Amino acid sequence: MRFRAKILDVGCLNSFTRVVNTISKLTKTCTLRLTADNLYFMLSDKVANGGVSMWCELDQGNFFDEFQMEGVASDANEIYLELVPENLSRALRTAQNAKSLKAKLTKKHCPCLTLAAELPSLSSVSRVVTHDIPVDVIPRKLWHDFREPTVPDFDVSIYLPPLKTMKNVIDRMKNLSNFLVLEANRSGQMNLKIETDLVSVSTHFRDLGNPPCDGGSQGASQDLETMAQARVDIKKLQQFLSSQQVNPSKAMCNIVDKKMVHFVWLHENASLQYFIPAMA
Amino acid sequence: MPLSTQSDQGDGQYVLVASLDNVRNLSNILKAIAFKDHALFNATPNGLKVTVEDSKCLQANAFIQSEIFQEFTIQEDSVSFQVNLTVLLDCLTIFGGSTVPGVTTALRLCYNGYGYPLKLFLEEGGVVTVCKINTQEPEEPIDFEFCSTNVTNKVILQSDSLREAFSELDMTSEVLQITMSPSQPYFRLSTFGNSGNAHYDYPKDSDMMELFQCTKTQTNRYKMSLLKPSTKALALSCKVSVRTDSQGFLSLQYLVRNDDGQICFVEYYCCPDEDVEEE
Repeated sequence: MRFRAKILDVGCLNSFTRVVNTISKLTKTCTLRLTADNLYFMLSDKVANGGVSMWCELDQGNFFDEFQMEGVASDANEIYLELVPENLSRALRTAQNAKSLKAKLTKKHCPCLTLAAELPSLSSVSRVVTHDIPVDVIPRKLWHDFREPTVPDFDVSIYLPPLKTMKNVIDRMKNLSNFLVLEANRSGQMNLKIETDLVSVSTHFRDLGNPPCDGGSQGASQDLETMAQARVDIKKLQQFLSSQQVNPSKAMCNIVDKKMVHFVWLHENASLQYFIPAMA
Repeated sequence: MPLSTQSDQGDGQYVLVASLDNVRNLSNILKAIAFKDHALFNATPNGLKVTVEDSKCLQANAFIQSEIFQEFTIQEDSVSFQVNLTVLLDCLTIFGGSTVPGVTTALRLCYNGYGYPLKLFLEEGGVVTVCKINTQEPEEPIDFEFCSTNVTNKVILQSDSLREAFSELDMTSEVLQITMSPSQPYFRLSTFGNSGNAHYDYPKDSDMMELFQCTKTQTNRYKMSLLKPSTKALALSCKVSVRTDSQGFLSLQYLVRNDDGQICFVEYYCCPDEDVEEE
């Protein structure tokens, strides 16, 4: 099992940092899966913790100038590591102006992901900052826990409004209630609603547009005006929205009526999926 | 009007309808009195008066004249209701209360009368939010019987000067002592904290002092914890009038200029903490 990679370009380093920062805001621990072509940050939370799951996929070629890996076996050329994304994010913070960043899987007192950042220096002597981030290697027999989530058979798929507007609204709603009903239909309308003993608030978005549907269960029989809805934990939703540091090039939301909400964020070189289960 | 969402009933059924093009003209001034959850709203043809009280010792009033609103229709002489102010403020700032010029949230506030919720329709950039806030039984506010004929001492200051003093006040002191006098030290704020006593004196001919009318030397103490909420109003205001009556009750009147340059008033009444021997 080997892994070694290098980033030389500042732009790539910055965008990789942004992705890691986003992940670290979403979860305390996550699984990093390395394959020959891709990196994946994954989370599949237990139902007791809210059952949220996340799937973030990065094409290594978009970030790394060198990328060598050798998986656990020739028939399973992959590596699964469990790590604390906050550690990774903190290490990358010191590497902000680095000339190059090397990542390596090492065995110190425990398995580590070692990051070595070469910082600019005025003299000919180079300055290198090294971070050893402890990781747990996940044995092959547990890999099946981390399958790519299947895109659910959703009732409605809709493009999201500007994230800032949505975030503002949800931040206020969080002060008023613990749960929120998110509903949308296939004519571009989405509503966010809360209701408590003191107050009921509903925010209505229009003309959002629906992604072209590729079949699925949303057959022509279903009425365009019918709302699909899901009642979710506001905190999970707020956490997700505030984790976003840059506006994605595409943001959409799929709703499986009364079951779950599935968010898809598409960035130039990364994609993020987030699943929030609905509550009764 | 950008508000497209209308309830199915006509405006005729509402006892109170008020519209604002910029909700900040209401939300900012309400923030200046937001130190307790319960707020009593009293609407008359002159405008809206919002009252918040604490411990029967402190009362804050915000006045928003009917001219501030783009529309202000009231079917009765006086309409009163009580709502949770924290909830109301969250609703009014649902779009984040943006300070970006050109981006404003429009508001339409409607009330059906006793027993009905307060309805708010807010709109920003084509997104509409409808809020229904349950109203509570209105409680009679305390009458501090503070009338201008009874005023012993009065000064009007530029808020900047008082802001500076308040930001430096020793908060370990339980009380703030205010001395007003026709002779030295004229206007003095004193604190008695862990690290010693401090006095802030304002000479009566200072540029910051717009008006100085003191007839009698008066020293009164006010609980710091009661005065603290008033700093929110101070922060917003451009002028403040400090008055005391013969019993030592304190009235602070703040003149607040809103985004559109119109003037509103916020007023705080506070009971004195204890009697200090008068000279």
